[in-house]
Formats: sequence, C-alpha cells, structure tokens
Amino acid sequence: MLHDIDFFIFGVMPYIALTVLIVGSVARYERDPYTWKSSSSQLLRRKQLIWGSIFFHVGIITVFGGHLVGLFTPVAVLDALGVPYVAKQWLAVILGGTAGIISLVGATMLIHRRVFDPRIWRHSSFADIGILVLIWLQLLIGLATITLTLQHMDGVEMVRFMTWSQSVVLLKVNAWAMVVDVHWLYKTHIFLGLLITILFPFTRLVHMISGFAAPFRYLMRPGYQIVRSRRQKPLAERKTTTPAE
Amino acid sequence: MSHLLDRLNFLQSKELEQFSNGHGQVTRENRDWEDTYRNRWRHDKVVRSTHGVNCTGSCSWKIYVKSGIVTWETQQTDYPRTRPDLPNHEPRGCARGASYSWYLYSANRVKNPLVRGRLMKIWRKMRETMEPIAAWTKLQGDPVLRASYVENRGMGGFVRATWDEATEITAAANAYTAKTYGPDRVFGFSPIPAMSMVSYAAGSRYLSLMGGVCMSFYDWYCDLPPASPMTWGEQTDVPESADWYNAGYLLLWGSNVPQTRTPDAHFYTEARYKGTKSAVICPDYSEAAKFGDVWLNAKQGTDAALAMAFGHVILREFHLDRQTEYFEDYVRKYSDFPMLVQLDQKDGHLVPGRFLRADDLAGKLGEKNNPEWKTVAFDEVSDSLVSPNGSVGYRWGEDGEWNLEEKANTADTRLKLSLVLDEDHDDVVAVDFPYFGGQTFGQFNTDAEHPDILTRNIPVKMIKGPKGKKIAVATVFDLFCANYGLDRGLGGDWVTNDYNDQMPGTPAWAEKITGVPADKIIHVAREFADNAEKTTGKSMIIIGAAMNHWYHMDMNYRGVINMLVMCGCVGQSGGGWAHYVGQEKLRPQTGWQPLAFGLDWSRPPRHMNSTSAWYAHSDQWRYETLEAKEILSPTAPDGDWDINLIDYNIRAERMGWLPSAPQLKTNPLEVAKSAKAAGKDISAYVAENLKSGDLEMSCEDPDNPANWPRNLFVWRSNLLGSSGKGHEYFLKHLLGTDHGVMGKDLGQDGAQLPKEAVWHKDAPRGKLDLLVTIDFRMSTTCVYSDIVLPTASWYEKDDMNTSDMHPFIHPLQAAVDPAYESKSDWEIFKAIAKKFQEITPGYLEKETDVVLLPILHDTPAEIAQDQVLDWKKGECDLIPGKTAPAFVTVERDYTAIYDRFTALGPLLDKLGNGGKGISWDTQTEIDNLSALNGVQLDGAAAGRPKIETAIDACEVILMLAPETNGEVAVKAWHALEKATGREHAHLAEGEQHNKIRFRDIAAQPRKIISSPTWSGIESEKVSYNAGYTNVHELIPWRTLTGRQQLYQDHLWMRAFGEGLMSYRPPVDLKTITADVLDDGDTLVLNFITPHQKWGIHSTYTDNLLMLTLNRGGPVVWISEVDAKSAGIKDNDWIEAYNINGALTARAVVSQRIKEGTAFMYHAQEKIVNTPGSEKTGNRGGIHNSVTRTTMKPTHMIGGYAHQSYGFNYYGTVGSNRDEFVVIRKMKNVDWLDNGATPAVEAAE
Repeated sequence: MLHDIDFFIFGVMPYIALTVLIVGSVARYERDPYTWKSSSSQLLRRKQLIWGSIFFHVGIITVFGGHLVGLFTPVAVLDALGVPYVAKQWLAVILGGTAGIISLVGATMLIHRRVFDPRIWRHSSFADIGILVLIWLQLLIGLATITLTLQHMDGVEMVRFMTWSQSVVLLKVNAWAMVVDVHWLYKTHIFLGLLITILFPFTRLVHMISGFAAPFRYLMRPGYQIVRSRRQKPLAERKTTTPAE
Repeated sequence: MSHLLDRLNFLQSKELEQFSNGHGQVTRENRDWEDTYRNRWRHDKVVRSTHGVNCTGSCSWKIYVKSGIVTWETQQTDYPRTRPDLPNHEPRGCARGASYSWYLYSANRVKNPLVRGRLMKIWRKMRETMEPIAAWTKLQGDPVLRASYVENRGMGGFVRATWDEATEITAAANAYTAKTYGPDRVFGFSPIPAMSMVSYAAGSRYLSLMGGVCMSFYDWYCDLPPASPMTWGEQTDVPESADWYNAGYLLLWGSNVPQTRTPDAHFYTEARYKGTKSAVICPDYSEAAKFGDVWLNAKQGTDAALAMAFGHVILREFHLDRQTEYFEDYVRKYSDFPMLVQLDQKDGHLVPGRFLRADDLAGKLGEKNNPEWKTVAFDEVSDSLVSPNGSVGYRWGEDGEWNLEEKANTADTRLKLSLVLDEDHDDVVAVDFPYFGGQTFGQFNTDAEHPDILTRNIPVKMIKGPKGKKIAVATVFDLFCANYGLDRGLGGDWVTNDYNDQMPGTPAWAEKITGVPADKIIHVAREFADNAEKTTGKSMIIIGAAMNHWYHMDMNYRGVINMLVMCGCVGQSGGGWAHYVGQEKLRPQTGWQPLAFGLDWSRPPRHMNSTSAWYAHSDQWRYETLEAKEILSPTAPDGDWDINLIDYNIRAERMGWLPSAPQLKTNPLEVAKSAKAAGKDISAYVAENLKSGDLEMSCEDPDNPANWPRNLFVWRSNLLGSSGKGHEYFLKHLLGTDHGVMGKDLGQDGAQLPKEAVWHKDAPRGKLDLLVTIDFRMSTTCVYSDIVLPTASWYEKDDMNTSDMHPFIHPLQAAVDPAYESKSDWEIFKAIAKKFQEITPGYLEKETDVVLLPILHDTPAEIAQDQVLDWKKGECDLIPGKTAPAFVTVERDYTAIYDRFTALGPLLDKLGNGGKGISWDTQTEIDNLSALNGVQLDGAAAGRPKIETAIDACEVILMLAPETNGEVAVKAWHALEKATGREHAHLAEGEQHNKIRFRDIAAQPRKIISSPTWSGIESEKVSYNAGYTNVHELIPWRTLTGRQQLYQDHLWMRAFGEGLMSYRPPVDLKTITADVLDDGDTLVLNFITPHQKWGIHSTYTDNLLMLTLNRGGPVVWISEVDAKSAGIKDNDWIEAYNINGALTARAVVSQRIKEGTAFMYHAQEKIVNTPGSEKTGNRGGIHNSVTRTTMKPTHMIGGYAHQSYGFNYYGTVGSNRDEFVVIRKMKNVDWLDNGATPAVEAAE
C-alpha cells in the first residue's frame, strides 16, 4: 500500500505534473491570453506589498534557480569538475537556507496582508490565497529539511534526489524506488512541489513565464528611435516677445 | 491561428524589409492583439439621447450599445452651426454626464416594483376576500393597520411586488381618496418639465384627468426669481449661453459658470479670448473667480448693498452729471421711469403711493376701457398728461394700442423722465423712504447710524384729481434717484454727491456692509456702464442661484436689474440679465400644455404652488420664527399687518391670488351634487356658501384630517433627498416617521398664534396615506416611500429635452429597452390609468368637479383687484374670479381615464390653443395628428388622434407648438399682432413650412422657431436674448405699465417697503436657541447650499464614479480659520444642527471659504456614507435637515396685472440662505449598523 503511494507520487505524479503544466499552460495561453498576468494588488494598497514582494521574489527565485541547477546538473558533471558533494551540499544549505528564510519572511508578510487587509481580502480569489499558502508551507518544509540534511553531510541523499530527478526526465520508469526510503519531510516537500507544478497553469504563477516574454527585443531594435532634440538654449535666454505695455 | 504557435517564430528569417535608410522596417509578427483594442471600443449601435436633469445643459450625447448593454457615452459633435462670427456650441457635456451610464446597471438601480413590506402583507391578506377599493377603504379605516406601515417609512423593509399589484394599490388609493375626500387630495410632485417633458406630462396628464393636483417646482426650488415677474411680467427669460460671446462686459454674480454650467463655460472662455472684460462677484474663491479680471468677494447676503452702490455710481455719472443719450432714450421708452406716482400722506409725511392712473384724473384722459389700469406720464410734445400706449389696460378689452410706440391716443409723445428742472415742478416735498440697513444681527455689519426712515426731497407736480382734490405726483425716475441717495441740488437730508460719504447708497457705505473696497465698486460700475454706452447695451450680468436663495432675494435681483435697465442692456444681444437657475425653459410650452394638463379633455387643471402647500402640509408654519412685523416697512400704510405668515397666505388664497390644494374642506364632487340638488348654478352656490360659512376653504385649517393631502406621487424628483426644505418637518408631520425636529411649535413656545389658520394643540403625524415614488435609482425619497416603481433611465426612454442655455430641442431615446422590470414614466402612468379605469366603475362614474381657479396672469382676469379688499372681512362682495378664485365646473369621466389618457381630446378643436394671453385655431394640427399618429378605433375616445406611445406624445407637442411648427408660429404671431396693432409675423414667415418631428431631432438637434411665447428670437443676425422683441418689436412687457417696471405700487409691496429696491440684510430665523446649543468648541456659521461639482447637478449624488472623486459621501466646507478655532481638521466628521434638525458630514477645510460660512453642496444623499447624528440619535440628515421654509407676503400678491399667479411663474418661493447652523466635531461616529427595525417577513 505504502509502496503504491510512493509509486504514484514519485513515479507517476511527476509525469502528470509535467503534462498538466505544459498542456494546461498552452491551453490557458490560447484561450485566455489576457488572464496571463500576475494580478498585482499594488493598486489597491502598497502597504506591505513592496517589501514583502521583494523579499519573497528575491528569495524564491534564488531557491528555484538553486533547485534547478542542483537537481538537474548530472552527477557526472560534478565529478568531472571535481566538486566535492559536501561542498555542493554546504553551498545548497547556506545559499538555499538564506534565500529560503528571506522568501519565507516575504511570503509571511504577503499572507498577512492578503488576509488581514479587508480590501485585499475581498479582491482575492480562492486560488490567490491557496497558492500563497502552499508556497509558504513549501518554504517552511524546505527549510525544515535542512535540519535533516545537516545530519548527513556526505551528500548521499542529495545525489539520490539528483538521480531521481534526472531519471524522471530521462523516462527511467523505476526511478521512484530511489526515494522510497528518505525522510517523510523530503517526501512531503517533493509532493508539494509537484502539486504546485500541477496548479501552476490555473493560478497567477503563470506570470513566471511572462518574464521570458518581456520585450527584451526592444533594447535591440533597429534605429528608429524617436529623438527629441534639446532646446538650443536654456529657457531664460530664449527670445521672448513681450506684449506692448 | 494560435497565439503560441504564432510566437514560435525563432526559425523564421530575421531579415526584415527596411526603408528610410534603415530607420524603418516592416515586421511580420502577429497583429491579432490589436483586435483587443478594437473590440474594446467596438459597439453595435450609437443612439442619440441626453440627460433628463435640471442642469440646463441639455447636451446631446452618443449612447453606445454593445450586445444589448449600454457601455458608455460620449459627447455628440453635430450641433447645427451658429453663425460665421460665433464659436460653435461644441463641446457640450461634462464629467458628470459622462458618468451617467453607471446608473443603468448599478446596485442602486430600482429593478422591480417595491412595496413597503407591512403594507404588502396587509394588502395581500385583504385582497383574498375583498375587491381593491374595498380593501383600501378597510385599511384606511383601521388606524392600527394604517400606522403599522406609516410609522415605518424610511426604515427599510421593501418587498418585491408585481406591476399588477403595485398599480392596483395605487389606483385603489386614488379612487378611494377622490371619492372620500376629493380628487384634490391626490398630489403629484414632479419638477422641470423641460428635462423630460413627456415623462412629466405622463403623470400630470393622469392627475389632471382625474382631478388631482400638479405641484410647482420652480418657486419651491427658489430658482424662480420673483423679481422677474415683478419687473417684466415674465417667469424668467434669459439669453442663450452663445450670447455671452457677444458681450463686451460680463459680470458674474454668484454664478460659478465653470462648475455648474460646464457645457457652456467655453463661451465664457472664448469671450475672454475675444477681449470681453469680466468681473466676478462671489464670497468664496470659486472656479469662476479665477476667470475674472477682478474678483469682488462681497460678504454673503449683502449683494443688494453692492448693487445699490453700483447703481449710485451709474446714475451719478451716466444719468445725472452727464446724460448719456442712449441710456436716456432707452429708459424713456422701455422703463417705467417717466410714469407718475402719487404721493400719499402717512402720519403727516409723504410716502410713495400708487401709480397715477387715467382713472384718477378728471375726464380719465378720455379712456373708457380699463382707465384704472392705464398709467400716466407727462408728455413733452403736448405738454400735458397722457396715458401712453402699452400699459396693461390696453392689453385687455381693446386691440391695437398695446405696444411700446411712443404714442398716446395715436398722437406722438416724448415722455418726461424727471421734474427736477425748476420749470417742471410745482414744489419740492419731503418724502419718506424706508431704510433696513440697521436691522442686522450676528456676523452682518450693522449700520446703526442711519434711522429706519430716510426723508428726502423730491420734485413734484400738483395735479387735480377727479373730485378736485390736489394730488402730488412724482416720476419714478426722481423717486428712484432719491432712493439711491443721490443729491440733485434739491437740498434736504440723506443725499450726497460724494462717493466717500457714509450715506446709504454710496460706495463707501457699501464697503462697510459688503467688505468690497469702494474704489473697486466705483471702478466696476464705471466699466460696466461705459461698455454699455459704447456698445449700446452689451453689458451682461450672469447670476446663479446663490443670490436668489436669500429671503430678500428680490432686493438682490432688483438691484441687478436696475443696473441693467439704467444702462439699456435688457433686450440687447450681448447684454441683459442672465439668470441661469433651473432648466425652466420648456421651449415648446404651448404645444406641451394640452398634453401635460389634459387641456384637450377638460379645463382648468389643478395647479398648486408648492412652497405654500408644503409650508402648510408639513406643518412648518407651526414653527414659524419670523414675524411679519420684523419685515414690515416703517412706512407701511395703516392696516392689519400683524398676522402670521400663514395668515397672509390664507388671505391670498381667499382673495384668489394664490391657488389652493386641497381647495374646499368638502369634497368638490359632493359640492357639485349639492348645488345640483339645490337647483343652483354651481359657482353661485359655492360663493354663497363660502360667504355663509357652510363651505370652508381648506387652507384655513391645514391640520384637519379632511384637508390633508392623502396620496402623493413623486416622479423625476428627489423631493425628500434634495428640494424638501424643512426635511425633518416633512418626516414628522407629512410622513409621520422618525425625525430630528428639535424646536418647539408656536403653542409650546407661547408665541403669537395665527389669526386665520385654525390651531390644533397637537399637530397631526403622518398625513399621507400613500407615497408613491417613481425613480430609476434608490434615492432618499424612494427609501421613505410606500411604493417604489422602477422607471426607465435616460437611455431607455423616448422623450424630449430643452434648455434656456441653447436654442435646440433634443430627444431622449431608448438606446436599449428599460432594464430589469422598469418601464418608462409614460408607460407607468398609462398602466396606473388602465388599472384605475378597470377598478373604478360602479364606485366613481361620470362626476362633476368644482375647481377653484386663482386669478391668472396673462388672462383678461389679471386686472382684477386694483385695491386690496377681503370679502371675508366684508370689505367687498365675493365675486368669483374677481375678488375671489373662480369656481369652475369640470366634468370628469372616471370610467374613461385610460381612454382619455391615450387620445387627444376634442376641446382643442373647439377652443383652440394658445398661451401667454394669445390664442389661435389649431384644427389643422389636430387633423395632421390624426393622420400621423392614427386615431383610436374604439373606447371613449374613438375617432380621436392616438397618443399611445411616448413618441406619439412627442409628436403631439411638436405639432402643436409654434416653436416646432412654423405654420403655428405664424398663426401665433398673427394672434399677437391683433393686440399690439403691429406687424410681427415676419419673425416666423421664413420658417412657415418647417415642421420638426421626433425623427428630425433624433437625426440632429434642431433649432426652435421664433414664437411670441418667448421674448427672444431665433435669427441669423442675433443670438437668443430675453426682451429682444420687447425692445425691437415694441411688444410691451406684460406688466402694469407695459414697461420694465422698477417701481412696484401694490399695497403689500409698499407695506413691506419694497416699492423700490433697497438693501435688506438677511433675516434672523432664530434657529439656534439656548436649548440646542452645546458647550465646548462649536461654530455658528451661515449655512450655504450651492450646487456641486461631484454629483449630477442638484439631485444625483450616489454615483460612485463621482463619489470616488470627492471623499465618498456628504461633506461640509468650512474656512481654515473657523476650523482651527473649533479644533476641526480636514476630513474630520462633524455635525451641523439647529432647531430644525441635524446632519452629519465630513469637513472640508479650505482657504476657498470665507469665514463665517459653511458650504454644503446641495442634495448629498443620506443613503451614502452618512453616520448617525449624536444630536437626534437618527441617521444624519440631508442638507435640508437644518432648514425650514419661510414665506414672504409680497410673493403672494395676486390679481394685479404682472403680480398675478402663474404656475411655476409667480408665488411664494422656498428661500434657505438666511439659515445658521452650529457645527462641531463629532465625538463618536456611530454608523447605526445594528440591523434594521424588526424584520418584516416576506409578504406571503
């Protein structure tokens, strides 16, 4: 029974998550392109948003990037470069831990604002609140796993997760067995991660992708820039016509 | 095809075609996103409509409809052009108008018929066993049941009803009331027909067919300037805004043009660009103030003093020291200056008396027809007394000499203006003039150094009266100059030729009262007159409501009018009196009247002046704090003047001066039956029984249940949230619900009780059986009603709209069908009429009604009473229509109300149509309407032209009115030619074949056609300007003298010291008593209620788009200095109160406001963001919670040529600016959010 659950979560769910992520996002983009946005509540109230948002985003982007690089860099590459696992793990703990804490502080501010500011509360959808709470939990659990990680600094567990993630994308169907024995906190963290991935297309999280669609090309546009010439002389020196007294 | 695939173009060639040397390139990316923006502004259709609001804007708007929903509106830009040298009318419109579409789908929309829950429950129960009228009878007969819903008015608890139920209750109540008390107990209040004339006509037609009472608005709103009918015999006639551009000098006096006349303000700007000079007079630093070359911030309420000083300078420099040719010629021909006034003895002194009439002279100057109504002047040509053409005596009973030609009895004349030269007068006598400047209180500057009677020297001629008695007579001009304190070398006191003397009338004197420096006064006066001289009268004064809302508004206005007449500005394009208050100009008036008042079926309708009616029926008279002796002139002739203000009104009604509603204590349907049973003529029967006391007039006992108004319709109006002065008294007595009245009545106060009105120790509460309000939004009035009917908004109905600000006639059109269950006003009253016709047979049949008709202006009856005699006191006999109202028999068919409502009746064929004293045959138009609208095939109106739809109704108006049917215009001018003996038809002949239809105005606003109904003309040469035809066509003003009348000789005018204009300070209403005044930081401020910036004119302040722009709810503006002294900071919650009631609002603390005043923009709904009042414990009130109506006896005068009653034309006005309030910061802001009164279960 437990194995069935493990099989589902670590063997099947990743594919469901990736499928929903891709198909769902494409469908949403095709059907409702104008819902593809961050739904910022800055117009309603700036209070607590600016700091909360900056903390949250700086932290979460670091954490997210760390996970991507950490999990999907093939072990062989690490070995080839001669990076010790311990060093990598320390890097993950220190960088990820700090960023995670910053992000958690930001997320807490944002949740507080969203729930206790009546104006924001009334404008919030179930999904807005739900996804924020999920991420907050995920951050908390992620930080909690650091305590476990610190107990085995040999990097074995880390390599397990790397192998598992890479196996998933390489369609190695038995990969799920690799993470069956890890601590339940790690498992919960992975489960929530997959859940968030599934929910991604149905929430404001889609704005993560809009970042890539930002009009960077504008910076490289050809030279049809509108140029305003400067006034020839400072105002005071311009020739004025005074009306006849 | 696919948003995603279209973007996956990484593999496409990046080579793009370039041009302009690489500065431009042709891209190939997907452009579908652009459609989003196209769709945003894409719509299915655009429909022309406008906003049916009392703002005088009457702007043409494009209403955009998309998928059956009104999405937005923008300004139309297709007005007919003006003239080559004039700016066009566009842009017209304002931000408030652009926000209107919000209402259509807002939460505040009334979506279904609503009935007060308790009433609905009782009604449904009773209807299980009873027929409608029987059910209503039972309900009204049970005081407990009646009280159960009456006492809960305004406390929520509406339930949905069907149209069938709601109209049934209404019709049953109307029928019951007509049968039990009389149809004149059914009242209807709806203002400003011009803003949606068919919607107005729907209700008034229903009421008029059943005998109900149509209530006036213009006087009640205090927008009617009584000075206008006094001076010109005209309700109000003003230049169109385009004419501002023609002015050389614009004086803005208390009018905030950019804020309250936004669509027209561009003409002001354009005039300034052209070079027109402008002075702005207002106490606050208003938006208009910054347009002016000079801003004179006179103290509020002292404008008459300023006007007097202006006049002093103008007279001195342009009439006396130097006689300006144009001015002198103008006043000789067009004013009463040359007319002679008799000087009467009073306590050994002389005072100005009546105009000398032909009748006062031996031989009567040969005048046989109306010699007592023909005024007299000296003629320089024949060197004798003459009766010049044009006085009212020439208007009635003879033809051809009612004109302003310089003639008398066919001989040429040149009238003498002044007797000041030695050879012209027989004597110089001392004449008493009243002076009121010392009667001030509170913050107004006292002028105690002058006595209340100023005796001045006047040159007079002694002439022989009929019995050889010597009479001293003086010209109006000589009295006028003395009144302004001008020294003319005749010696004596109280005159000066030094502007710096502290003498009533001088600039130095005015400086002390108004705070405006004397040199500025002199400067502006000179510029104003100098410009008028150089341009032959192109100096204009634009006035808003401000000055007219003071108790002594006539003085302010007459002061202004005097300036204009002295400078020959009235009737000249670019000049004159531009009073823009209320959309009073119903251009196609004579076409509309038959439709609106059912004149096609029966005449006369019942009209009532609202001020007197509400004063009586909301029992505000029981709390009167102003006594007649406080306003009486020290020079008043002997008489019984020490009576209460309501007593004056009762006398006025009795003498036929003012209308009555209800009229007789006995049901008029019963009166007619009794008269028939006695075999007597009905009129004679009523006269006889009134004299014997067997019949009584209702006005004498307003608190007697037999005389209560029982049913009230309110439509197109927010009576209880906006115009209802004395709001809390309405709630207490008329409605019978919770109220905030804190004062005591006369009985409790031990004050003088009325002599004419019956005093009941305990005042009634809840006079109305049923209050029905028809609106599209849940207004304050709706909240207090028993039945609320959802009406179509301005974008959902067909109707018409006109204004005084431009000469166009506009349509309102149904861009979409009425939303939810709403219907247009026309359809609503049709439905009520249908229900009425269904349920009344057997209860009411064909009945004979007796209507009391006051002596009306512009009818032959207007020259009724050259003496003031009261039949009840035995001073004269009761002669119906002469010394009392006429008693007119009207046949009603209660079984055919609906049939009559929907067809044009036969009376027009028989009696023709007309207005303002002329009439014409209109058979051609009736035939045309039969062909155009079709005829009814069956029913009581078979064969008559149909008026089924609102568009049919529009066609009736357009076809019958001279303004929209050139053929009728020519007929109307011919009718006038008969009276004046001059040719006028040329003014319309070019338009003879122009007939404007509804579809024409739907295509484009149309300019109206010149008609004798109005005193201006539509022409390619001049803009519309009031008095133009009087000056240029020599048509007399419709006054006693036929001229612009600056001297008022009626007994009551003289008694109250207003024969001539003078400065009268605000009156002390004594509303802040020790009982209500709290300790602590309080302010006592003058309470001013101007029109606002953030609501749709004077009525709609619940629009969230607008509220978002200004603090979201009620506000009161106060000055920084005052605020500081009471510890009030900007945006604090404050409470304003006096014995009339209390209101709550936020404070706006601003440098704009002059110390001593508080501004509360008119009509801020108490249903939005209004906390509870600490003072009353109820929810804070509206601006009128702290006001109470006070009437002025001079406005009641009737039966006296121009001072005769006309509906919305003359009569008592509801002033409110003399009010003071206590303002203090609120300690606890309690929103009273503790649930409604015990919930009423759903009616089932």
